[in-house]
Amino acid sequence: MSGAVSRERGLELLREMMLIRRFEERCAELYSAGFIRGFLHLYVGEEAIATGAMRALSPEDNVISTYREHGHAIARGVPPGEVMAEMYGKVEGSSGGRGGSMHIFDASRRFYGGHAIVAGGLPVAVGMALADALQNENRVTACFFGDGAVAEGAFHESMNLAALWNLPVLFLCENNFYAMGTHLSRAQAETNLARKAASYRVPADKVDGMDVLAVEAAVRREVQAVRDGGGPRFLECETYRYRAHSMYDPDRYRSKQEIEGWRRRDPIATLKGALRADHILYEEDVSALEASVEDEVEGAVRVAEEGSLEPVEDLLKNVYTPREIRWRR
Amino acid sequence: MATMTYREAIREAHREALSSDPRVFLMGEDVGRYGGVFAVSLGMAEEFGEERIRDTPLSEVGFVGAGVGAASAGMRPIVEVMTVNFSLLAMDQIVNGAATLRHMSGGQLSVPLVIRMATGAGKQVAAQHSHSFENWYAHVPGLRVAAPATVHDARFMLKAALADPDPVILFEHVLLYNMSGEVEELAGPVDLRRAAIRRAGDDVSLITYGGSLPKVLEAAEHLASGGIDAEVVDLRALRPLDLETILSSVRKTHRAVVVDEGWHTGSLAGEISARIAEDALYDLDAPVERICSAEAPVPYPHHLEQAALPKVDEIAAAAKRRVGSDG
Ligand SMILES: Cc1ncc(C[n+]2csc(CCOP(=O)(O)OP(=O)(O)O)c2C)c(N)n1
Ligand SMILES: [Mg+2]
Repeated sequence: MSGAVSRERGLELLREMMLIRRFEERCAELYSAGFIRGFLHLYVGEEAIATGAMRALSPEDNVISTYREHGHAIARGVPPGEVMAEMYGKVEGSSGGRGGSMHIFDASRRFYGGHAIVAGGLPVAVGMALADALQNENRVTACFFGDGAVAEGAFHESMNLAALWNLPVLFLCENNFYAMGTHLSRAQAETNLARKAASYRVPADKVDGMDVLAVEAAVRREVQAVRDGGGPRFLECETYRYRAHSMYDPDRYRSKQEIEGWRRRDPIATLKGALRADHILYEEDVSALEASVEDEVEGAVRVAEEGSLEPVEDLLKNVYTPREIRWRR
Repeated sequence: MATMTYREAIREAHREALSSDPRVFLMGEDVGRYGGVFAVSLGMAEEFGEERIRDTPLSEVGFVGAGVGAASAGMRPIVEVMTVNFSLLAMDQIVNGAATLRHMSGGQLSVPLVIRMATGAGKQVAAQHSHSFENWYAHVPGLRVAAPATVHDARFMLKAALADPDPVILFEHVLLYNMSGEVEELAGPVDLRRAAIRRAGDDVSLITYGGSLPKVLEAAEHLASGGIDAEVVDLRALRPLDLETILSSVRKTHRAVVVDEGWHTGSLAGEISARIAEDALYDLDAPVERICSAEAPVPYPHHLEQAALPKVDEIAAAAKRRVGSDG
């Protein structure tokens, strides 16, 4: 990837990935300390995908994600403090504290969740794209999901609908090769996921999800194709999660060597190496970035700690549209 | 007597079934190599092989439907759907398939299928992972629905479910898996037609099932220290209901509080209240009261989640109100 990126952009990408990683590691600590509860699914190892993909999307595009979405939210511009406050169940959280780790929503940034039923986000993405098509909006809906989701009926129905109606959806499959403890090869007879999408006449491609520059370039290309009216596209990003599926997972189903093998392709280390080879990254940069990321994450924790709990009297809030805005159209 | 956890009791029940009947097999997401999302089937793939402890992809409608087909074709499948939340994807195969095949084939087919799933809230896993839809399944003729609430029942209910020629759904509340309890070693299968009296009393009937039983028993202890002698009825079977046991308890105590983690509207507690009103109204000294969950998706923060769910003090207060209101 030599010569592929300027110093400024290289540092930006590096910082974003470092921020997400540090944020996730801090979440793990805060979970062990009891401040974050429920399910917590970390993105460590997969940072290049959110970082690269979000750069290729415009603020006007829609983003839909899964329960493993802190990285997506942060890369989309949701302030880390709001993501952290959400996990603390505080009003200052991006979903007012009601959703927790798996349900980060920020409509102001067109970040539409945070869906925890596997493959549940795909039909919703199709519908958002349908609304845009009907309203002549030149907008792309980017939908993230895992390899496991590809086995669900919702994936197949969504591919077909999007292709049949020529809708502007970019399906971004984060293939980390595991659905909880089950390896892709033990769950799907056809392990070439792009091929399945292609069988629905959704043009499909693959990219190295450990290489942020490659991800960004590929997503840019796909987004352009969708924006030009070419209908849906599918991009498989091959990646790996270093940590367990969730904090409940004892992680007994894969070998240390396998994890180590992927760590050698670490997206942060890879980008650092490329920037160093181009002589545009210095040791002072790395320590400055580490310090600034640490500051930002601690700032996020502070936002969460200082946030407030919603009064119990508000329990029934937002089950239905509040009366004041009920008849607004 | 042996002491074990609810989780171990279910595992023992599986081991017994798999050892004694070659037609029995278990399938579901991560039941094999992983050992089950709640570690129920830990070690079973090693013991019985991956053919009989069969991992499935994330394809709920597919593998639950495959269970329906395999059951109707001579096997005795146990299908584990990780949680009731994901069973919604498979509901068509359960309701339109398992529940109807015998009837609409004029009795030619039967579906001796057991479906197990975790249910309930209390672990701060938010709206999409905290449902209690036992009532939805208990609404459907053709299904038998039950919920083991004790370690003993966890050990011996599966046997009864497998012996049944019709589809049976077993609900395991997520907060029960770590509970320890005693198991009578040579007991027979749980009688799925019978509710159980978990505590005898004369003053008020506290009727509940599954994950709410520990809360209700705790409330009964509080009440006892205040001089109120509560009878605790554990439904065990949610469809069909054991009306005989429910009504005879109410006829004895003349007061009833029904506790159910489902939402009030359309709840099993509503059904039980209606049955009591239909058949025992004149035996009542006070109106029936329901303690259910607040009518909202289950929120993530601890204090709001707890506020939404039935609570021990709330149950005790309801019982006191009922006892106090006979003037
Ligand atoms: C319909 C449904 N079935 C099961 C689950 C439980 N579950 C949550 S995540 C997960 C694995 C999903 O794997 P994948 O789609 O590859 O995403 P990853 O977690 O690897 O990012 C499972 C089985 C669920 N949330 N929804
Ligand atoms: Mg995966």
